[in-house]
Amino acid sequence: MGYSFQFGVIEANLDKFLQGLVLGLALAFAAIFIGTLIGLLCAFATMAKAQTPSRLVGIYVSAIRNTPLLVIILFVYFALPQLGIRLGKHESFVFSLAIYAGAYLTEVFRSGLAGVPRGVIDAGRAIGLTGFQLALCVISPIMWRNCLPALGTTFISLFKDTSLAAVIAIPELTYQARKLNTETFRVAEAWATASVLYLATCLLIAAGLRQLERRFPKF
Amino acid sequence: MEHFTHELWVARWALAEGLLLTVEISLASIFCGTIIGLLAGVGLTYGTWILRTPIRALVDCVRGIPVLVLILTSFYLLTFAGINLTAIESGLLALSVFCGAHMGEIIRGALQSIPRTQIDAGRAIGLTFPRILVYVLLPQAMRQIMPVWINTGAELVKASTLLSVIGTGELLLRTQEIVGRNFMTLEFYGLCGLLYFLVNYLIERFGKLAGRHFALQ
Repeated sequence: MGYSFQFGVIEANLDKFLQGLVLGLALAFAAIFIGTLIGLLCAFATMAKAQTPSRLVGIYVSAIRNTPLLVIILFVYFALPQLGIRLGKHESFVFSLAIYAGAYLTEVFRSGLAGVPRGVIDAGRAIGLTGFQLALCVISPIMWRNCLPALGTTFISLFKDTSLAAVIAIPELTYQARKLNTETFRVAEAWATASVLYLATCLLIAAGLRQLERRFPKF
Repeated sequence: MEHFTHELWVARWALAEGLLLTVEISLASIFCGTIIGLLAGVGLTYGTWILRTPIRALVDCVRGIPVLVLILTSFYLLTFAGINLTAIESGLLALSVFCGAHMGEIIRGALQSIPRTQIDAGRAIGLTFPRILVYVLLPQAMRQIMPVWINTGAELVKASTLLSVIGTGELLLRTQEIVGRNFMTLEFYGLCGLLYFLVNYLIERFGKLAGRHFALQ
């Protein structure tokens, strides 16, 4: 069967693809922002002397990391309304991705914290810093630097996960590609365009993060 | 509650079949993916640049594209290329390629951490390269590969849920069908999540055990 490429359809719909890409980036950004807050909170909670926070964080991380993201998305979108929690499509997706991101980022930050030298913390304490000052001015900068590589990988993988938003009909890149695919049957062109856009964005993010790593040399 | 147990009893075989298919798909794709990954990893580490460049490009491409897009592409595109695969087969292909690319990177990382003198030593006692690989390099690399490999297994169980989008009757699609019939979203999506959690939790435990087994004493 002959198949001739016609990129005219793609050209005509390029704005939709780009809108989809921007929407995906926005979803990823929102989820990563909330997820980072969750991750930081959980990671610092495990530093506490009491056992309970550590154990709770452990349960959260293990539960979320071992459940498929798609199941979480569908659960939040379809099952939570039964409990009276009604969220819009976008909010529910951002919420799902944020708790998913939170679990992965907790692990990342925790390993970053583990890499902070004991002596630096003791030194901070010796000059009379309070716990909060210690966390903000001494531990955090070193921790961020430690986690930068792992953070980059996690961010990229979270951006790729926004493709799952297509399943609950959020018009991001995968949704647009699928729509064009079924409407015009330009199969190869639609998926090639989506793949190239995803790939280019990921490479761009990776390059940006590498730049950041070079900017802040390892402690 | 009684309603739920009744519905659960009605749906028991559908759920069991779905879970079985999920496990089967995961096992098959990790098997094929490991073979692809082994070839890619060895090629990336020891190949000449003519071999290395295309593998590197392929691996980076696959790693930069979301799994869902890979699955949809292999589902829709192969038919147009004249290759007729069922939903399960095209899904398996996509998952294997995804797994292969990630395993390739993992195996490359492990192999690169072995000092090159090991190869020289192998050569000195007259081993050919395939033998050096099998008897000298891979056993040492195994220590690093094993824990991550088992982790990849858990990732694949999670990624297999995406096959529900192209109509493969694995656990998630079965759950969606059941929910479509009785509208008990909370109970059945919850149960589905729990089943996935249990499978992956077992894998995670197993991975920790394996990690301890392969760790240097």
